[in-house]
Amino acid sequence: MDILIEFFSLQDPNIRFVLAGTILLGISAGALGCFAILRRRALVGDAVAHSILPGVCLAFIVAGGKDPFMLILGAFVFGLLSMVAMDFISRNSRISPDASIGMVLSVFFGFGVVLLTFIQSTGYIDQSGLDDFLFGQAAALVGEDVLVFGGLSLLILLITILVFKELKMVSFDPSYALSIGYPVKMIEFLLALLMVLTITAGIQAVGVVLMASMLIIPAAAARYWTDSLHIMLIIAAGVGALSGVTGSFISYTAPAMPTGPWMVVSTALIFFLSFLLAPGRGEIARFIQKKKLSQRVACENILKTLYAMEEEDGRFDRVRPWKELRQRRHLTKHRMKRVVSYLLKRQLIEYFPGPPEGYVLTETGRREAKRLVRVHRLWEKYLNQQLQIAEDHVHDDAESMEHLINSEIEAELRKSLGSPELDPHKSKIPYEQESKPKTGGGGS
Amino acid sequence: MITSTGWILITGILVASSCALVGTFLVMRKMSLMGDAISHAVLPGIVIAFLLTASRNTFPMLVGAGFFGLLTVWLTEELSKKGRIFHDASMGIVFTTLFAIGVILISLFTGNIDLDQECVLYGEIAYVPWDLWIWRGVNMGPRPVWILGMVLLVNITFITLMYKELKTYSFSPQMAATLGLPVGLIHYGLMGMVSFTTIASFESVGAILVVALLIVPPATAYLLTDRLHRLLLLAVLLGVLSAVGGYYLALWINSSIAGAIAVVNGLQFTLVFVLSPRYGLLGRWLAGRNISRTDSGMINQPASK
Amino acid sequence: MYEPEKDTSGVNPGRTGNPPIEVHDLTVAYDQKPVLWDIDFELPEGSLTAIVGPNGAGKSTLVKATMGLIPSSSGYTLIYGKPLDKQRRNVAYVPQRESVDWNFPISVMDVVLMGRYPHLRLFQRPSRTDREIAMQVLREMGMDAYQKRQISQLSGGQQQRVFLARALAQDASIYLMDEPLAGVDAATEEVIFRKLKELRDRNKTVVVVHHDLQSVPENFDRVMLLNLRMIAYGPSKTVFTDDNLQRTYGGRLNILSQMVEESRQQRFVRESDY
Repeated sequence: MDILIEFFSLQDPNIRFVLAGTILLGISAGALGCFAILRRRALVGDAVAHSILPGVCLAFIVAGGKDPFMLILGAFVFGLLSMVAMDFISRNSRISPDASIGMVLSVFFGFGVVLLTFIQSTGYIDQSGLDDFLFGQAAALVGEDVLVFGGLSLLILLITILVFKELKMVSFDPSYALSIGYPVKMIEFLLALLMVLTITAGIQAVGVVLMASMLIIPAAAARYWTDSLHIMLIIAAGVGALSGVTGSFISYTAPAMPTGPWMVVSTALIFFLSFLLAPGRGEIARFIQKKKLSQRVACENILKTLYAMEEEDGRFDRVRPWKELRQRRHLTKHRMKRVVSYLLKRQLIEYFPGPPEGYVLTETGRREAKRLVRVHRLWEKYLNQQLQIAEDHVHDDAESMEHLINSEIEAELRKSLGSPELDPHKSKIPYEQESKPKTGGGGS
Repeated sequence: MITSTGWILITGILVASSCALVGTFLVMRKMSLMGDAISHAVLPGIVIAFLLTASRNTFPMLVGAGFFGLLTVWLTEELSKKGRIFHDASMGIVFTTLFAIGVILISLFTGNIDLDQECVLYGEIAYVPWDLWIWRGVNMGPRPVWILGMVLLVNITFITLMYKELKTYSFSPQMAATLGLPVGLIHYGLMGMVSFTTIASFESVGAILVVALLIVPPATAYLLTDRLHRLLLLAVLLGVLSAVGGYYLALWINSSIAGAIAVVNGLQFTLVFVLSPRYGLLGRWLAGRNISRTDSGMINQPASK
Repeated sequence: MYEPEKDTSGVNPGRTGNPPIEVHDLTVAYDQKPVLWDIDFELPEGSLTAIVGPNGAGKSTLVKATMGLIPSSSGYTLIYGKPLDKQRRNVAYVPQRESVDWNFPISVMDVVLMGRYPHLRLFQRPSRTDREIAMQVLREMGMDAYQKRQISQLSGGQQQRVFLARALAQDASIYLMDEPLAGVDAATEEVIFRKLKELRDRNKTVVVVHHDLQSVPENFDRVMLLNLRMIAYGPSKTVFTDDNLQRTYGGRLNILSQMVEESRQQRFVRESDY
């Protein structure tokens, strides 16, 4: 607990830098990652991250030492080069994009390793140099780095806002964008540029292998929470920032731990929680929706059965035994109980202790049951008449469709079929004006 | 007696051959990056095997890594389906997370001892001749050679036995399914082969460069031929060539052998990409200038003059 | 060598004296294999043309190459006598439904608004008028109630209607549509056909890649029969004959022979293997 307070009091200037740096990185990578995954370029970031190694090494050789500006330049140039290469290969040959990405990734990295071992053989840097590059050194972030990250985030923010609609269109439907003459290539290049910049900067914090995850995971997590692009960008940026905080905290409390991997794991956790808990698109929400739907379907079916029984003997004041209802619809006792309580609560049926113990439709219930039967029969008629499906094949489809047809669709059906009297099985279709099922002599 | 150079070359040739064989099917199925994913995601498997057996014994590592390899494939599919995410994003999530877990495990439990992360990442084939398998006092030769030899044998057997099925599956899994082939089995069988091949190759060339040998030779071969059996042979040839070439290159400029192999692969690909008379840039340029009229056959119609 | 049957009767030149759309010498090849060969056509104002042909005949390629979306070995497109690139605002393209990810986080209104982008400058946002236009076309397509809906929640027919609405919002003179009627329900089909005819009556030039031969004569006044080459084009009454259809589709129309043809083109699996 003390550690938490200590951490968040931000007294240690080092912590301030690490925190700021990783948060800003998380924001940039999270936002850009949305475009990457929506355009199915998720793993291009991984390839670019690996391809930077030879650039850094070459810069090191050329500059004769660890000149930060040169290193970043070298990284940037090779990052961009790798993107160009991947694109060029898949556009100008029959090599598929995934193979193109994999080739560039491994060959560039291999080249980097060659250069690195060459450098190492001359004694300039040691093993730890590669370590830092591969796994990042978030704990070593200084003021300059934060400025760079901050500048980057600002740039990405600005560009995203300015050309949002262009980015959206190019990501969604590039061929339409091309058709109206949009500079699609330029926009894609812009995105590529931003991506390489982010990766170049971000590698210092989380390392090569894990940079890709900073691009992919926050965006994937954000997708579960919203259906609108700009909100997805914001949430992804937020998740990225959060993982920066977590990573920094961990590196603060356990200095021997590598920050990068912990950032990834914590982001993955957020992703998993989003997958489960997001309202609407999350697993739990979908599960509940499914259950609700199947409950409603079971209830509507009971209403229909009651109506059918009334149609059969022409009496609508008779108590229908619940045993019979249950059997007709093959429900378990438990299920039946839940259905019945649902219908009673909505006053669609009435309970009679009997004997026989059973239920009767209320006026409201009967109206609703009639609607269901009507919709079922209209749909059968539609399938049979417009789509030429045989009578004996329409029932099952109508059994499931009837629960999904709302009044709008019902009106359209009636219009296009011309309010027919009978369904394909020659049963009457009950419209609202009628008050009694007209099969033979009535009761009352 | 085989010199140490000889052993190194043999190892390289074995690695290249195995990778080229399974890699061909990966590339044909457009699953190249699965090879990349598996080679990263097996890290936790290796670490766990190491922790449990307290040794660098290859067999438990093979098992641990094999398990994680298949786990990666399974998780990727499940996440993609249930989570309604694109396949590549799903793969990215799964393997980076598993890799991160692997790194965390390393730093938690082993500090900085035997499990050299660099070694895992780019291997050291030069050490192979000294990694001997001593059986009952007899020097049987380098251990990796035996293991790789076995893996190659298994790969060849698998491919030979299932050739027709693999061929159909690579061309179109849907068609294979409608023909009644056990598509799921073939898929996981292939992925299993990829897992074993990558792990067996780790010690020699490391994780990331295994990817080079899995993808680049088959892709290069694909720009030279259409027929599957020729593709397999060419891929193996190119892979072996790159292994030998890479070794001598590394010798010449005094660098990592694995890296050199990857670079040679890159050069081979670039050459073929530009010069292939049919599918390379040259071929496309030629075709653009002179589309053969006799080649133009309409659908369902005999070729017209 | 044979000559395609060209019936250019009724091709009246547009207001500028040039036909709304003409394509010349178009040849598209992929990996040395020709996909479109020597295509030449021009269309009049106020026409509704169907492009038909067997699978793989190049119909979709024709539309894309005409729009300059894919590279061609030769050929060019003129819109009212001017090169396509200067006239893009005037040509509305409706891509195939599968070309897009329908799980993209975007609403129906956003998609339709894209149709207004040709009228906006680079950093400009859609105005209130643009939104009103978008609502109007959505109403015409019966989709106004769905304007805020996320596109993944739409049925196939509704998705197609949204695509069409986008093209309408563009307010172009020429419409190129790639399989707008594929896999739609009967109600949507009716709506779309009605709209296409309305466009023709408003003197627009509409070209549609169509898959269903049976509905061609009663709905389309012109037709293009395509199979790598242009077999015939012109008014459907004169061009849509059994003879021409035979030449386009060949003797055996059944699925099996088509599958065999497809796999032979892939060259990987030989018939003899099975």
